[in-house]
Amino acid sequence: MAVLNPRHEEGFFYVLAALGGLVSALGFAAALYMEHSGHVVTGMNNQIVWGLPHVIAIFLIVAASGVLNVASMGSVFGRVLYKSRAPLSGLLAIAMLSGGLFVIMLDLGRADRLMVAATHFNPTSVFGWNVILYPVFYALVGVYLWTMMERRMNPYSKVAGLATFVWRVVLTSGTGSIFAFLVARQAYGSALLAPMFIIMSFSWGLAVFLVVQTTMYAWNNMQLPPLIQKRMKNLLATFVAAVLYFTFMLHLVNAYFAKNIAFEYFILFDSEFASQFWVGQVLLGSLLPLVLLFSPGTRDKVLWINVAALLVILGAYFQLYVFIIGGQAFPLDIFPGYDVKSSFMDGAVDHYSASLPEILLAVGGLGLAFTMTTIGVRALHFLPQDDLAELEAASGITD
Amino acid sequence: MSNADNNPRRKFIAAAGAGVAGLGFTVIAPGLHLMAVGEAKAATEARKAGTAASPTVRWGLLIDANKCAPGCTKCIDACHTENGVSEKLPDPRQNSQWIRKIELVDRRDGRKTELPMMCQHCAEPPCVDVCPTGASMKRADGIVLVDRHTCIGCRYCMMACPFKARSFVHAPLTEQNPEVPRGQGCVESCTLCVHRVDKGQQPACVESCPTGAMTFGDLSDPTSEIAKRIASLPTTQVRNDLRLNQAVRYQGI
Repeated sequence: MAVLNPRHEEGFFYVLAALGGLVSALGFAAALYMEHSGHVVTGMNNQIVWGLPHVIAIFLIVAASGVLNVASMGSVFGRVLYKSRAPLSGLLAIAMLSGGLFVIMLDLGRADRLMVAATHFNPTSVFGWNVILYPVFYALVGVYLWTMMERRMNPYSKVAGLATFVWRVVLTSGTGSIFAFLVARQAYGSALLAPMFIIMSFSWGLAVFLVVQTTMYAWNNMQLPPLIQKRMKNLLATFVAAVLYFTFMLHLVNAYFAKNIAFEYFILFDSEFASQFWVGQVLLGSLLPLVLLFSPGTRDKVLWINVAALLVILGAYFQLYVFIIGGQAFPLDIFPGYDVKSSFMDGAVDHYSASLPEILLAVGGLGLAFTMTTIGVRALHFLPQDDLAELEAASGITD
Repeated sequence: MSNADNNPRRKFIAAAGAGVAGLGFTVIAPGLHLMAVGEAKAATEARKAGTAASPTVRWGLLIDANKCAPGCTKCIDACHTENGVSEKLPDPRQNSQWIRKIELVDRRDGRKTELPMMCQHCAEPPCVDVCPTGASMKRADGIVLVDRHTCIGCRYCMMACPFKARSFVHAPLTEQNPEVPRGQGCVESCTLCVHRVDKGQQPACVESCPTGAMTFGDLSDPTSEIAKRIASLPTTQVRNDLRLNQAVRYQGI
C-alpha cells in the first residue's frame, strides 16, 4: 500500500490550500462590495430575485446532504464497502454545507443581521426552519465523525449515523420545500419537490464523492479496487436515472394542467432555458453519464467514470439554473385570461445575467468547500482504506 | 405622547417583535432593540392623533377598473411622493414600485382595461408565512407590513407573493420620508399608507385619484361605503383561486 500523504507533496498541498483560500477571500470581498453598494451591482432585480449565488448555494447544500449518503450506507445499512468511506463523506458534507451557507448568507440584503435571523423565529417559514436544521446537521455530523475516528467511540457510530441520516432527510426535504411551498409561481408549488431534492442530493453528492475520492487516491498513488469502483458507479447511474425520472414526472404533471402549459412550453421549448434543459441537464448531465457508466468501452475506466461524475455535477448546475432562474423569468399569471403589461415587467419574460461580484461570491462558496476539504484530508485521516479480504467476504452476503 | 401605551405606532413596533421572536430580539440583540425604541419614539413625536390597530377593523380598497383612466399615473406619483420612493437606477427592473398600472387585454374579446396593482393585503399572506424572521407581518387591522428592523433581505417573500407586489431596495437611499422608513437591502411594499391611516387619513393613492376609482375603508363595518359597495356590486379578488382573501378588491374585471 502506498504511503499516505507523502511529504514530497506538501508544497502542492499549500498551493491548493492557498488557491482555495484566495477564491474564498475573493468571494468574501465581492460580498462586502455588494453589501456596501447594494444589489444594484448584481444582475438580480425585482423579478429575478434569486440568482447565480442561489443556484450555487443550493447545489452545495443539496450535495452536502447527499454526500453523507455514502456514510449512511456504511453505518446505517451495514454496507462494508461504504464504512471506510464514511469519514470522508462526513468531511465533505460539512465542507459543502459551509460553502453553501457562506454564499446564501452573504447574499442577504442585510447580511449584517444574521443575529436577527438567529434570534427571530417564524415557525411557518422553511427558511426559519433552516436556523435549526443547519446547526443541528453540523453538530450531528461532527459527533458522527467523532464516533468513527475515535476508536473508543466506535460502538456509538451506528446510532450517530442513524441520527445523521434521519436529519439529512429532514434537511433536504426542507430545501425542496423552500420551493414546494411557493404557491405563486407555476414552476414550483409541488410536493414532488421534497423527495426529488432528496434523490438529487443522492446523485450529486455521490458524484462529488467519486471525484474527490479519485483525486485523493491519485494523490497517494493508489488505485480504487475494481469491485468498489463498479459498485459506486452503478449506484451513481441508478441515482442519475432516478433524477431523470423525477424530472420527467414533474414536467409531465405540470404540463397536464392547462394553467401551466404556457410555462412548460416556455421552459422546455421556447426560451434560453430550453437548450440548458435539454443539452445541459438531460443530454450532458444525465444521458451521457449513463452511457459512460454502462458502455463496455468506458464503464471500467477510472477516467471515464470520473468524467461521468463531473458531467453529473455540470448537469446539476444546469438543472438548478433552469429551475431557479427559469422559474422566475416566466411572468406571474396574475390575471389569467388576459394579456398584461406594465412598467414592472408584468406579462414579460425577464432575462438574467450574473454580474462579476455575484459570480465571485458564488465561486467563493465552492472555494470555501474546496479549502475545507483540502485542509481536512491533509490534517486528519480521511483517505478510505479498504480491507479487501473483508470486503470480498462481505460482498456475497451484504453487497 | 403623554399616553405612550395607547400609541398605535408603539403597538406597531410591539406587534413586530411579538412572541418568541420578539423575546429573542429584546434579550439577545440589545443593540437592535435600541434602534427599534428609537424608531418608535421618532414616530411618536410625528403622530398627533390616531387609532390603535384593532382586530375589529379590516382596512381595504375597492378599485373600479371602469373608472381608471388610461395612461393616468396620478396614484403612482402620489404614492411614490408620499412614501419617498424616488430612486432611478440604471436598470429600471431594480427600482422599487409600490404601486403600478397594469394594462389588461381580455383575450376573448380584446377589451382593454387598466388598473393599479399593489400589495393586496391578504388575510392569509404567503409573504408572512415564509418570512424567516417574522419581519413580514400582518397588523391586527389587516395591513400587511415589513418591519425594516428585522428584514434580513432574503427575498423569500418576493418569491412567495402571487401579485409581484414587493420590491427589494437595491441601492442606498436618499430623501426619505421620516414617517416611512425604508432601507437598502430590505424588502418593501405598499403599506396602505399606514402612517396616514393611523392619523385618520386616506391612503395617498386614493386621495389623488381624479376619477374616484379607488374607495378606501373598513371592510368589517357594514355601514362603511366600501362594505356597502362590495355587498351590492360584483367585485373580484385577483387570483381568488388561491383563497388568500385579499383586502384589495376590483370592480370591472
